Amino acid sequence: MPWTKIYGDKSAFEKAAAESDVPLRGITYAEALREAQAQLLRDDERVFVFGEGIDDPGGVFGSTKDLHKEFGDERVFDTPLAENALTGIALGAAVSGMRPILVHMRVDFVPLTLDQILNHAAKWSYMFDGKVHAPMIVRSVIGRGWGSAAQHSQNLHALFTHIPGIRVIMPATPYDAKGLLMAAVEDGNPVIFIEHRWLYGHMGHVPEDPYTIPIGKGIVRREGTDCTVVAISQQAAEAVKAADILAEEGINIEIIDPRTLRPLDTDLIVGSVEKTGRLVVADNGWKYGGIGAEIAARICENAFGALKAPIERINVPECPTPASHILEAEYYPGIEDIVAAVKKVVQYGHA
Amino acid sequence: MTKENLTKNDLTKDNLIDLYRVMLKIRLFEEKIVDLYPEQEMKCPVHLCIGQEAIAAGVSAHLNKDDYIFSNHRGHGHAIAKGANMSLLMAEFYGKETGCSGGKGGSMHIIETERGIMGTSAIVGGGIPMGVGAALASSIKKDGKVTVIYNGDGASEEGVFYESLNFASLKKLPVVFVCENNGYATNSPQIARHSSCEIARLGPALGAASACIDGNDVLAVYDTAKEAIERARNGGGPTLIEASTYRWKGHVGPGEDHLIGSRPEDELVEWKELCPIVAFDKKLTTDGAATEAELIELGSVLAEEIAEAVRFAKDSEYPDVDKLLTNIYYESKE
Repeated sequence: MPWTKIYGDKSAFEKAAAESDVPLRGITYAEALREAQAQLLRDDERVFVFGEGIDDPGGVFGSTKDLHKEFGDERVFDTPLAENALTGIALGAAVSGMRPILVHMRVDFVPLTLDQILNHAAKWSYMFDGKVHAPMIVRSVIGRGWGSAAQHSQNLHALFTHIPGIRVIMPATPYDAKGLLMAAVEDGNPVIFIEHRWLYGHMGHVPEDPYTIPIGKGIVRREGTDCTVVAISQQAAEAVKAADILAEEGINIEIIDPRTLRPLDTDLIVGSVEKTGRLVVADNGWKYGGIGAEIAARICENAFGALKAPIERINVPECPTPASHILEAEYYPGIEDIVAAVKKVVQYGHA
Repeated sequence: MTKENLTKNDLTKDNLIDLYRVMLKIRLFEEKIVDLYPEQEMKCPVHLCIGQEAIAAGVSAHLNKDDYIFSNHRGHGHAIAKGANMSLLMAEFYGKETGCSGGKGGSMHIIETERGIMGTSAIVGGGIPMGVGAALASSIKKDGKVTVIYNGDGASEEGVFYESLNFASLKKLPVVFVCENNGYATNSPQIARHSSCEIARLGPALGAASACIDGNDVLAVYDTAKEAIERARNGGGPTLIEASTYRWKGHVGPGEDHLIGSRPEDELVEWKELCPIVAFDKKLTTDGAATEAELIELGSVLAEEIAEAVRFAKDSEYPDVDKLLTNIYYESKE
């Protein structure tokens, strides 16, 4: 399907659109998010969107641009710098029948709100045995690069996956960004919806009509037989490029984008590893206690006998993000790391 | 009796008796827990509000059934004043499946959505932004509801209190912050925690109305809450009410703090002299609003209601263990 594809850049999408038998409507990841919110605001009076600076001309990397002009500042509004209260306000509104979408422009600000996420939102359904539920979305942004340093470019998604009661969604394509955001609002649970800053300009096919994507279902981005690469968020785009390089050397990787980290599509990953016998997990977060550890554990539990080589994990090093671009270049994993990890796994036992 | 000497508001005899009934209901409910707790069948921490009953009674007198309250770990009285079903509360404390939270919440996590009780938080200050969120929902929906947030003096030290009050003032939300200042956070006295003893002053600093009142005077609470709730309902924004009071029992459990040396006995004795129920009982009988016999009869009726709640709780079943993993997530039934 053309919309399950990851296009390396705009020209790659345009080339695919020109060659496609069916018309492909191309918009960016940021535009897809904006479109999802605009359609939710239009079709569901319970929805409102708020957060620090969301009505700025930039509109959170374009993802909320001018929504306040279209829907009024009672339903789309800027807020005080009060992250913990804002998250609690979203929760209180949610249990009172609304469907809030709260935007934190940097995931680094979300730890200020952990009390409301972890102690409150995650527990409000269970603690009251389903008498009430908490349909709220926390959109937040992870990123990398440009000297953003230790407090403005973290990848904290794994923190949230530890918490029962929360859903963690990380779309990697424009199609998924729209469909998963609409699914998240419909879902009725507290959702941490994490976007990657480098993906906002990515182009892909996005149908104009509203649609949802099932939460908890991963997707195979590329089929292969030699090694499974589970690639999280922006790493999916890196993996697609790595796959081309590896293919030239006769190594065919199968790329799985889980799309949702909690719940995790274990069956899809297990099925793939049973086929390939090898696993690499590519993630922009830390290794220690990270999502790669969870995926590796599930493979050990469910597909131990299928493994032909030890599992490899690609992560950032165990330190905060440095500022200098020289150190940054060393810090962030990318295409070359995926290529090297796959080769190591494939060559295991043959060296 | 003249109405004027009872309150600035037009209170009928029935209104006055209702205030008394709510206070006494809370007191008897909590005292029943004190009696039963040593049986060790109620296997959860209980945070009793004996001594603080006038606040919830005076506030809730102005709330409609569908107005919201958000409250804390010391929330039995708030819920009862809002009309919560005592049988469901008691069953919850006994860990029974018939409890208001199916046995998953315990005494610190009370709910009755039909009465606007949307769940209580046991993280100090945690329910405050939720209450503001409910008020924001009312403001967007224009449903005319008011939200009351109960918190203690300890919660006023939390950052989220400041964040929430600022937001509520900014948006002129229909919400009333009721700070029950009982002078202690667990065993830490207010003087160890605040440089100022006037929490109410934080209201005007953030653009909210405020009042500092005697929280053991149910009519003072009634009058102040009436004004604050009317202001909220009419678009005038939030009010911060600081109501001073005293918790007779320990922070948690049925014991008394002076027996373990964490608070002075003299202090408890002084505050018991200021018992909100005894004071109001005297006022009602002195002013002729009720006879002592009528009030005693009222107490008997309430005691029987509470006994029935205990019977219901004890007779109910424990949750089946297969309920352990239910309702972690909401499953859409659409």
